[in-house]
Amino acid sequence: MDNKTGVNRSNVYKIISVAAIGIVAFTFAFPLYWIITGSFKTATAINATTPQWFPSEWVMDNYGKLFSRQVAPLWEIHVPFTDVSFAGPEMPAAMRWLVNTVFMAVASMILTCITSAMAGYALAKKRFIGRTVVFTLIVCAMALPKQVILIPLLREMSSLNLYNTIWAVIFPIVGWPFGVFLMKQFAEGIPGEMMEAARIDGAGEWKTFYTIALPLIKPGIGALAIFTFINSWNDYFMQLIMLSSTDTLTISLGIAKLQAENATDFGLIMAGAALASIPIIIIFLMFQKYFTKGITMGAVKG
Amino acid sequence: MNKKNPMSRALVRRETIAGYAFMVPSLIFFLGFVIYPMVQCVITSFFDSTMNRDDIFIGLANYTELFQDPIFLGALKNTVIIVIVSVPVTCIFSLWVSSVIYDLKGPLCSAFRCIFYLPVVTGSVAVTVVWKWMFNNYYGIFNYVGTSTGILKQNINWLGDERFALGCIILILITTSVGQPIVLYVSALNNVDQSLVEAAEVDGATKMQCFWKIKWPQIMPTTLYILVITTINSFQCFALIQLLTSGGPNHSTDTIMYYIYYNAFKLYRYGYGNAMGVILAIIIAVLSAVQFKMAKTD
Amino acid sequence: MKYRKILAMALSCVMAFSLAACGSGNGGNDKKEDTQTEDNKADDTKADDGEDANAGDDAEEEDGGASSSGSTDITLWTYPIGNWGDSATVDGLIASFNEAHPEINVTVEYLDYTNGDDQINTAIEGGKAPDLVMEGPERLVANWGAKGLMVDLSDLWTDEAKSTIYESVENACKNSEGVYYEYPLCMTAHTMAINKDVFEKADALQYLDAEKGTWTTEGFQKAVEAVVASGQAQAGAVFCGGQGGDQGTRALINNLYGGTFTNPEHTEYTANSDENVKALELLKGMEGINFDASIQGGDEVNLFCNGTLAMAFCWNVSQEKNNAENLAFDVLPMAFPTESGDPQLCGGIWGFGIFDNGDAARIDAAKTFIDFMANDETQVVESVKASSYWPVKDLGNIYEGDDLMTEYSKFIPFMGDYYQVVGGWAEARTAWWNMLQQIGTGAEVKTAVEEFVNTANAAAAAAAN
Repeated sequence: MDNKTGVNRSNVYKIISVAAIGIVAFTFAFPLYWIITGSFKTATAINATTPQWFPSEWVMDNYGKLFSRQVAPLWEIHVPFTDVSFAGPEMPAAMRWLVNTVFMAVASMILTCITSAMAGYALAKKRFIGRTVVFTLIVCAMALPKQVILIPLLREMSSLNLYNTIWAVIFPIVGWPFGVFLMKQFAEGIPGEMMEAARIDGAGEWKTFYTIALPLIKPGIGALAIFTFINSWNDYFMQLIMLSSTDTLTISLGIAKLQAENATDFGLIMAGAALASIPIIIIFLMFQKYFTKGITMGAVKG
Repeated sequence: MNKKNPMSRALVRRETIAGYAFMVPSLIFFLGFVIYPMVQCVITSFFDSTMNRDDIFIGLANYTELFQDPIFLGALKNTVIIVIVSVPVTCIFSLWVSSVIYDLKGPLCSAFRCIFYLPVVTGSVAVTVVWKWMFNNYYGIFNYVGTSTGILKQNINWLGDERFALGCIILILITTSVGQPIVLYVSALNNVDQSLVEAAEVDGATKMQCFWKIKWPQIMPTTLYILVITTINSFQCFALIQLLTSGGPNHSTDTIMYYIYYNAFKLYRYGYGNAMGVILAIIIAVLSAVQFKMAKTD
Repeated sequence: MKYRKILAMALSCVMAFSLAACGSGNGGNDKKEDTQTEDNKADDTKADDGEDANAGDDAEEEDGGASSSGSTDITLWTYPIGNWGDSATVDGLIASFNEAHPEINVTVEYLDYTNGDDQINTAIEGGKAPDLVMEGPERLVANWGAKGLMVDLSDLWTDEAKSTIYESVENACKNSEGVYYEYPLCMTAHTMAINKDVFEKADALQYLDAEKGTWTTEGFQKAVEAVVASGQAQAGAVFCGGQGGDQGTRALINNLYGGTFTNPEHTEYTANSDENVKALELLKGMEGINFDASIQGGDEVNLFCNGTLAMAFCWNVSQEKNNAENLAFDVLPMAFPTESGDPQLCGGIWGFGIFDNGDAARIDAAKTFIDFMANDETQVVESVKASSYWPVKDLGNIYEGDDLMTEYSKFIPFMGDYYQVVGGWAEARTAWWNMLQQIGTGAEVKTAVEEFVNTANAAAAAAAN
């Protein structure tokens, strides 16, 4: 009897909580809903003191406005040490910002994964002099907010002639030591005997890493890749400091600039916000399983 | 290390060279774009440094000024408030949500997880601009809902009012930071050893007891990890403040992070800003050390 | 030794990446700041073809600047000064410039008043400051000029320029030592504006002189009361979310009881005078006027245009022009209310300044640009018209038949002292909106104003040293 009422009571609790969470979840999804519907509303609907919960009239005006602003070549590839460069077709600047953002996120992701996998492997498996010093430095630097070093970093980028290039944003992301730390945790799990066996078979350092270690830490690399991608996509601060001209902006910066220029033209701003968030949300929904896995795996090892 | 397992000199050398060879790519970026600027930051914090003028050495003057600067102290206070409010709330909220949804039938659980994760992927700037609209004094949805349901007597200038601005920022910060903890807790709760739970239930333990006595200790490592990442995130909250309030009204939403930026590019006080950075780094280093210690002893 | 190979590979990998980094991402306008390389070849003197070949060698690593084709790339960053913030208009102006000077390639960036200063400041620290910047003396002279970042424009200020450009404008364009950091193009008087429909409905038009565009402090109070009583809860907002449009709040406060912002010598801030304190206390106590820390000037204009606010303190003719299609009511531009009946309006004087990037060719090209835009007889009219303000010298009536411009031109005689050239201006204006926020959140006016003046004067003193 006791047990039964207990079950009943906990069932009631469960239903109430699920309902409560449903409501909370609704408010979490609401901003996104508001972005998307807002971007299709007319100017009068946007500025109405009585908001339209659902647009009574769907218009593309805001997107039209967004795309009729400045133009920029869709891409620009510069051959190092020459004056040769290849520019893409002229497109609305907002498209260029998307291209820049994707490039930035992918390049940071690839570079971070390569450097971190190598370094993490070395930290976990190589008994080299100075290892503890390096590791301590890495752990200490991990929690450091980037704003702390903003002025020196800006000056450094300036002297390297990297200011206002996308690399000025990418390099500090790659330098951030979280990835190394994560990869070290993963590489700890590589069985020593396997490496020993490879060495006896005559494999060199590189081959051991490439054939033995790499496949074993692959899941970790996947987790790190997702992390880096999301973080660099959403990073705003470094971009704000390092990028200044229309054709180097990222989409986050672009919307921030839209907002500064047209503070209360919320329709236009929402169109920009939709453009910035929809691609990454689609990516997220498509790879949802990997995202969840990546996040959890990173946490378990980190 | 060498005592326990004596390695030949040749082997040490071999390992060292190989180790550094693997470390080099990462070290270049790490030393070049994290450590070097950090060192620079410490050095310039002893100088009166501004735009287009040689730095003047002033010793500890920046630091002594810091602790007499009411705005800095206010910013420090705000930063601490943000951290001590948002971290526990994020943790407790996500634990509650996860404990309810983790054993729901497949699609429902992942749908919830997905929705709570949405603000994270939407991106800080996109999220911020829509909240700015919703908080708008004149045609924001909060004021509309508030006044039309009679909760608010008159429009509240959410972001322009000292009493509410910081709260609004913390609220947005929380919505953008619970996604990851929920994902983590759900998976941690699913990994709890079921046989222990069943054994306890057979012994007549209530749900509550089951949770605190059996599940809680097992998800402790996850909790610690969540504490660490949300603390770091809360400290780094910058976009929200820059885009929503620029530290105002009356410096009531200044955080150290924003105040560093403000000093650098509005007041041109680089040395002073760097001194703040050093102090902040020390605070965070101490906090992290404490958290790592906690993680070790548990 | 296998690890040698790895090391080599790793190193070359990193090098490859950094090489790529140096190159890619350099949009046409980025260049190295090598002052020692002689890119004079792109200079006006085009005779030295022989040197061109030489220069070609050491130009290997630097893209942009003076490229082998002999053209010069310069960048122009402009604030939204009328339609100088609109790319379609500016593209047209650049096109006519390129007809005359095809050898100079101008890339334009558009700034806003919210983040524009931060953007330029980071660019300066990043070593990529623009060549040309279009703004007013408070930035060109009092801020970047005073920091030694700008090029002395004395050679543009020929005797002819000095004799034609109005003296008050000339004085604002140079620092106290007489070094010119700005070459002016256009000017206006900043006014305020009221929603005529709302005022009419509230029967508040009786308190002002619509013809002359003036009103008394008392009339202002009564009008606002009437507007509030008519159901418009928000008559106006003392916006203080940032520095955008802050001249409006300064002019309002100074005019109400005849206070001044600085002393006549522009060496000291006087915002703590009794007149100003009285004005601030009046505004603080007025129903229908709130100190709004969530908006800046630009937001205020938008709120006025969509009818949320009945008055705009940040107004001038280009606001009315640019918002023409959003305006569903009659706008009545007004001078700020005064007790004396003699309003002192804040002037805007816009023109060009050149950042010293250490490259003679680019500086010369920038000067050529300024000379063309501001002095070429046919072009100057277009350049001024693009701003929708008035020329800084007598060009005849360039707005013949334009009713709006004629209506606003009545405010030009009310133009007051151009005080925005005091040292430490950038710091002082930051302190100004912070002070308004303090007052808005309940701080005592007297103390807040004293604190502001102390901060501002300290900045002025620091700049004077």
